[in-house]
Amino acid sequence: MSEAVSAEIQTTHIIDLARTGHRLDGRGVDEWRPVTVEPGFVKSADGSAMVHIGNTAVLCGVKLEIAKPYPDTPNAGVLTTNAELIALSSPTFEPGPPQPEAIELSRVVDRSIRAAETIDLTKLCITPSEKCWTCYVDIHCLDHSGNLIDAAQLAALGALTHSTVPAKRFGVGDRDYPLEVSHFPIECTFVRLGDKIVADPTFEEETAGQGRLTVATDEAGNVVAMQKGKIGAFSPDEVIETIERSFRHGDRLRNLVRGN
Amino acid sequence: MGSVGAKEIPELLNAEGRRIDGRRLDELRPISMKVGPLTRADGSAFVEWGENKVMAAVYGPREVHPRHLMQTSKAIIQCRYNMAAFSVDERKRPGQDRRSQEISKVITEAFESVVFTEEFPKTSIDIYIEVLQANAGTRCAGLVAASLALADAGIPMADLVASVAVGKVAGRIALDLKKEEDNFGEADMPLALVPQSGRLVLIQMEGHMNRDEIREALDLGTKGCREIYERMRQALRTRYEVPAGAPAPEAMA
Repeated sequence: MSEAVSAEIQTTHIIDLARTGHRLDGRGVDEWRPVTVEPGFVKSADGSAMVHIGNTAVLCGVKLEIAKPYPDTPNAGVLTTNAELIALSSPTFEPGPPQPEAIELSRVVDRSIRAAETIDLTKLCITPSEKCWTCYVDIHCLDHSGNLIDAAQLAALGALTHSTVPAKRFGVGDRDYPLEVSHFPIECTFVRLGDKIVADPTFEEETAGQGRLTVATDEAGNVVAMQKGKIGAFSPDEVIETIERSFRHGDRLRNLVRGN
Repeated sequence: MGSVGAKEIPELLNAEGRRIDGRRLDELRPISMKVGPLTRADGSAFVEWGENKVMAAVYGPREVHPRHLMQTSKAIIQCRYNMAAFSVDERKRPGQDRRSQEISKVITEAFESVVFTEEFPKTSIDIYIEVLQANAGTRCAGLVAASLALADAGIPMADLVASVAVGKVAGRIALDLKKEEDNFGEADMPLALVPQSGRLVLIQMEGHMNRDEIREALDLGTKGCREIYERMRQALRTRYEVPAGAPAPEAMA
């Protein structure tokens, strides 16, 4: 049986199951797979976190370097987020320049971190117009078993939360100090399966999905970023319901990242 | 949003509740739509929306390039959103940057949600969106132009897709942000609606909005999309209406 045919049969099965409120792995529609956040996974980075959501594995490393501020933001440092879908993580990923899926992933994660003002960029300025910190957030997807967006965003936030500014190493201070994280945005992704909208989709559910919606919320009750992706559509009421669910999951995951 | 290092923030909302260009909060910028301005394309449209000027062309269904993208069960849609180097204040480096690629992806997916692609297996429907002059809301203007161009090309679809951005400006929810409002406002949320089904096929958002504001923004945004939708239908009627006493349809080609 070809892969396309088996995928088609599985898609039908997943959607039929969803109609009765069930999922392939036995979870409820709003239930997440187990989530773990392991800070400090890579010692060579200034901050890092390995995140597992079920079988999905994403590693994020943060590196800080000294650079010159952009001319239009002389009093601010720079934050750059990049996600790579490396060929190791899925049989469908190939080496080469980033495909639209990887670009979307990078930008959606970046948007939540940036819009929530997670890092106060003015605090990354060392000498206005001359010297600032550039904070590189590099995300490596290791196992793509679904919901990469949330895993990547959680890894990014986890790594930033446990990062050190290497001031001593770069000779701009007497000691290294912790990077200050001002806000804690959490992204939650859902896919439509028939008339149900399920949280934390697996790879198979994403393939079967009829529209994907990601909502980033912060600790103060704001929505800070959203992104609809894949073929499919959502009514405004469904969007509002999905936002409420994101707030609930967000609170729980935020505690996990902050180690509460 | 772009507040870091901002030199001066203009007054976005005055005491009378008027915006920087005199609009009310729920008011669209002036829009004009022209269907079929290009002769070589299978379908085309030109949209002028506030200070945006966007041209869209549709080619196909036609042979798929590159061939390995071909799907045996349906047509693929390939959309390329591109900004001209001269479309913004500071010259933009030509070519597809990451922002353009992301926008191309979400617009493609919006159209894949309405076009009856299964009617044209093994083909490609190519949509080209060129932003010639930009002033916030170019992806919405591009979507509207592309939607008209698809209709002009005779591509069967469930409905036209209408699009507009809503946002938060000086603490209030506002429709159809212009550049200053986008740069100095608190949030921006581009939406695209399939009016017949009432469902959204494009949702993006960046900034800060609480639950109630999101609700209000979705409401204002869908209303705005319906207003745009009426203009789109009018533009198509203008293009295809046969005036009384006109020659037989075949002479119109």
